[in-house]
Order: sequence, then C-alpha cells, then structure tokens
Amino acid sequence: MNESLFISIIIGISIASVPLIFAAIGELLVERSGVLNLGVEGMMIVGALLGFVVMSHTQNPYLAVLAAMLGGMAIASIFAFLTQFLLTNQVATGLALTLFGLGFAAFAGRGYTEETIQLITAVPIPYLSDIPYLGPLLFSFNPLVYLAFFMVYLVWWFLFKTKQGLILRAIGDNHDAAHAIGHNVVRYRVMAILFGGAMAGIGGAFLSLVQVPIWGEGMTAGRGWIALGLVVFASWQPFRIIFGAILFGGITILQIHAQGLNINVSAQYLSMLPYLATIVILVSLRMRLKNKTNRTVPNCLGRIFHSTT
Amino acid sequence: MIRLIPRVENSTAMVLLSPLLALTLTALSAYLIFIFVLVDIPVSSVFFTLFVEPLIDSYYFSELLVKAAPLMIIGLGLSIGFRAGIWNIGAEGQYVMGGIAGSAVGLYFYNVEALWLLPLMTIAGILGGMFYAGIAAFLRIKYQVNEILVTLMLTYVAVLFLSAMLQGPLRNPSGFNFPESRIFHDSAMLPIIWEGTRLHIGLIVAIILSFVAWFGIKKHMFGMQIKISGSAPRAAKFAGFDDNKTVWYSLLISGGLAGLAGLFEAAGPAGQLTPGLPSFYGFTAIIVAFLARLHPVGVLFSALLIALSYVGGENVQIEYNLPSSITQIFQGMLLFYFLACDILIKYKVVFFKTKN
Repeated sequence: MNESLFISIIIGISIASVPLIFAAIGELLVERSGVLNLGVEGMMIVGALLGFVVMSHTQNPYLAVLAAMLGGMAIASIFAFLTQFLLTNQVATGLALTLFGLGFAAFAGRGYTEETIQLITAVPIPYLSDIPYLGPLLFSFNPLVYLAFFMVYLVWWFLFKTKQGLILRAIGDNHDAAHAIGHNVVRYRVMAILFGGAMAGIGGAFLSLVQVPIWGEGMTAGRGWIALGLVVFASWQPFRIIFGAILFGGITILQIHAQGLNINVSAQYLSMLPYLATIVILVSLRMRLKNKTNRTVPNCLGRIFHSTT
Repeated sequence: MIRLIPRVENSTAMVLLSPLLALTLTALSAYLIFIFVLVDIPVSSVFFTLFVEPLIDSYYFSELLVKAAPLMIIGLGLSIGFRAGIWNIGAEGQYVMGGIAGSAVGLYFYNVEALWLLPLMTIAGILGGMFYAGIAAFLRIKYQVNEILVTLMLTYVAVLFLSAMLQGPLRNPSGFNFPESRIFHDSAMLPIIWEGTRLHIGLIVAIILSFVAWFGIKKHMFGMQIKISGSAPRAAKFAGFDDNKTVWYSLLISGGLAGLAGLFEAAGPAGQLTPGLPSFYGFTAIIVAFLARLHPVGVLFSALLIALSYVGGENVQIEYNLPSSITQIFQGMLLFYFLACDILIKYKVVFFKTKN
C-alpha cells in the first residue's frame, strides 16, 4: 500500500475517534460513580458551539478549548443539580439535557453558521517526528489527540490507583454502604458529572475546531450516543475505550474512502455504517460474554440516592 | 439550610400543583431570556404571539391540532413503554420507517382508487414501525443490548434510509430529480375533519386510542404487568410475569404507534413522502409522555401544550425573525422544571436554621 495513504488513513482514524474518546472517558467516570447521564450529545454540541464561538472571536485555541470545557461543565451542572439535589429520574433528565443542549446550541449559534475559523492544526514534535515511519505515525498529531489518550490514562490511574478513585467506585457499586461509612456520595457524584461535562465539551469542540472549520446545527450527529455505547462496549474499563473508539473511527474513515473510490453503493448506505457498527459491536460484546453476567457494570447505575440522615 | 423530608404519602395537592409551578417557572425563564435576547421588541407582544395567538386564531388553532395528533399518538405509545421501564428513545426512527412503509404501499398502488387503500397503508405504517422497534426488542432479549442505544442508532439509520429511498425507488419519476415522492391520490390521503384546514382524522384516532389504552391499562392484566415491571421488577418476577413479553409488547406497541403517526404525517399534512418527514416529533413525544406523567389520557393534554409551543414558535419565527430552535429550548426547560417540581410530591421541603 502507498505509504502516504496509509499514514493519512491512520491520521484520519485518530481524528475521527478522538471526540469519542473524550466523551466516552468522561461518561465512563460518571457511570463508575453510579450516575447515568444520557445528556452527552447535548453537552458535546454546547462544547462544539462555545469552542467555535470563542475561536472565531479570539483566534486563541487555548481559550476556545477552555470555553468548550466550561460550557460542557455548565450544562452538566444542570443535570447534577436536578439528579443529585432534586432526585429526578436520571434517564429523563439526561434526555432533557440533550434536547435542551441541541436547542440551546442551535439558538445561540444562529449567527455563526456562515463563519469559518482557523483549524487547530497538528504540531509535529521536534526531532521525534523526523524518525522515518514512526515519526509521522506517533509524533505528528494534534495536541488534543495526545490529551485524549492522556485523559484515558488519567482516568484509569484515578479509578484504580488513588484512594478517591476507590471511594468513587465504591459509591457506584453501593451508595448506601459508602454513605454509611461516611463518604459524601453527592459530592463525589457532582464532581464526576462535572468532569463528564468537561470531557464531552472538549470532545464536541474537537469536531468544530479540528475536524471541520465550521459550526452547524446538530453537527455532533449522534456521536454523544455512540460514546454512550462505547462505555458499555468497554465494560467500564478505561483503556478499552481507546480500542472501541479506534474501531469506530476506522469504520468512519472506511466509509469516507469507499465513497471516494466510487463503490457502487449510495452514499446514504455507507453513512449508515457507523451507526450499524455500534449496534453490531454491542451485540458481539454480548456474544463474547455469552451467559456470563457483566460484573463490571456499577451496581447503582442510574439509581437515586437520598440520605435521610 | 434546606432539607428534604420524605412524605409518608404522596401529596395529591402537589400532583396537581407541580405541573402548574413548572409552567410558571418556564414562562418566567422564557421572559428573562426574551428580555436578554430581544432588545427592541416588547416582550409582551412576543409572548402574545407565542402563547395566545395560536389559541384564538382559528387557522393557527387548527395547525395546533394538526401538530398535536402525531405527538399524542407517539407519546401514548412511549408512555406505555416507559411505565414498564423500557426506554424506547428512537421513536423518531420508527416514525420515519412507518412513514416509508405506508407511503411505499400508497405509491405501489398509485393508480388505484379504492377504499381499501388507506387502511392498507395504515397497516403497513404500523407494521413498519413495529418491525423497526422489534429489532431493539429482539436484541435486548437475545443479547441484552440496551434498547436506548439501539433505537437511537436506528433513528439515524432510518433518516438515511428515507433519503436513499427518495433518491431511489420512491422518487417521483417526473419530479425533475427532486428527492420527493409523487403526491398521493385522494384515496391515499387522510380525510379532513375540519373543512378548509389541514386537520385530519388522525386527531380522532389519537383520542380514541388514548382512551382504549387507558381502559387497557386499568382493566387488562397486561396493564398491571407493565406497571409492576417498571416500578418493582423484583415483585414482577415473583408474580411470574414474563419479562420478555413486557419488552416485546412495550416496544411493539410504541413502535407501531410511532409508525402510525409517521404514515399519518405523510398521508395527511404532507400528502407525499418528503425529506422533511422527520420533524423531531419522535423526540418531542418523550417530553409529552413525561409531562403527562405517563398517563394515556394525560398525553392528550400535554401534546396540546407542546403543540402550542410548536405553533407559537413558528409564528414568532415569522413575525419577529427569531429562530425556531427557541421552541426546543422551551420544551427542554419545561421538562427540566417539571422533573424538578415533582420532588414536591414525594418530599417536603423544610427550611431550618443551622445552629452554631
């Protein structure tokens, strides 16, 4: 195979999978704490909008990413407040968050649909990127790509190597017991939800700051939902998120290249591939597990916690 | 400090008051947003256009009912599934599939003028939606795959499928390559029940269905089964209820009704199959179901309320050049406030001073 085509496919896959890694790793931590937030799509689109707006006004990529993060956290805080303090149903509240986020972003972003921005481009790491083969493959990515992989490591380290991570997992598995021995369930969960919002926000911003230089209504196109599927696929294990996201990114790139190769299938059928693949991936996971129950699913996922004391 | 004390019994007063409180809070928030967004337009006149005009103008009122009908039908199906704890979030996809299946039948018999055509299309629409939701039911039962994700992914697939159909087999052969179907003949169109408007028989069907569902849930064993499966899964198991049956019925009923709504939309207001068929009704119906507290007759009223926000939103868009997405913001906010206010039913809010 042509070497440059190979490298461009690898880079394409990484670009397609990074938004999913961000959104999924955030949601993974949230679900580990026992909270099911179905608002990922809504948080992503708000991040995509805010990142774009700040970029177009300041041309500063750092501020843009920061704004996306804060935007995701802000809208996640609505969810946190409702589910943790007003004890609302998490499924319904998450859906409301998605609907609200999509509406809000479409409303607030109506003046920006004609604009374009300067994309955040890849930064080859000096010297390392000059290594033949390995250089372009490992050391010539967009800084946010490295950040995504680092966040996966960070979440793994937090969950399995720190005391707070252990407490968070304990809360996700049995909030009543964790409460009884004196841990603040609500505080942990609120923090986790805000972290999830921040990650979904960056994931959304990646779409409008790295993938395409434009903003459009509904540009997340279901990626928030796919991220939710990835968390299940990963069996709540951080590193498996990367695997799932790359698989998914690969299918997306395959679809784009197939369209370029004039394969005689309507574009619509090829565009269905990522969504159908998500379903197939979830089914295949279950076939692998067969009759074994999935022991990694947090026991208290989606359950309401209220302490009377 | 504020504290929540659980009530011994649910408060009946709050069951009625909390939706009103939620509405008031939504209106107040909308007011604040308008003050913020609209600088040179008086907010009161926007409010009038948004919430009052659709109710007093007969044309706008008929449009309100046109939009309420699909919301009622889809919301009704969802309310049944949600009761059982089956989260069919992709009604939009089933709605589109029902529209495609029903329209395909109508277009196949394009030159036929017969009384049986519309019923046949209706059945095809229902079956289309059922089949599509059935995929999720099958995968959930066979492979324990979460139905939320499957129905949602299939929604994106359905919209792409519609587009493929309209550029392929179902495209109008003499339509200059526009991605639209032929316009249905009269016998493939829903009867109009209000002369001079687009209001079709779907509204009556919706009302009948909701009362049928109400009696069904009250009197039939299946109603009991979905209620208990949703609120007390363990008890349902001890009672010997078949879990798989609950999943199948919940998804097939909600999918079939969504498909019916899709066909009604194509054979009613649209009169043909267009790319504009997916109109977010499937998602909005989730709000409708929750606002009705999953009550089949309550769905009728919450659908009217949501339809009001649709028509009002369109009017505001035309008269004040505001984006129609403002409707979605209202609907999202309304659901937020509604869920939040419901805490007053189960809990007492107590203010007390902290002693130092």
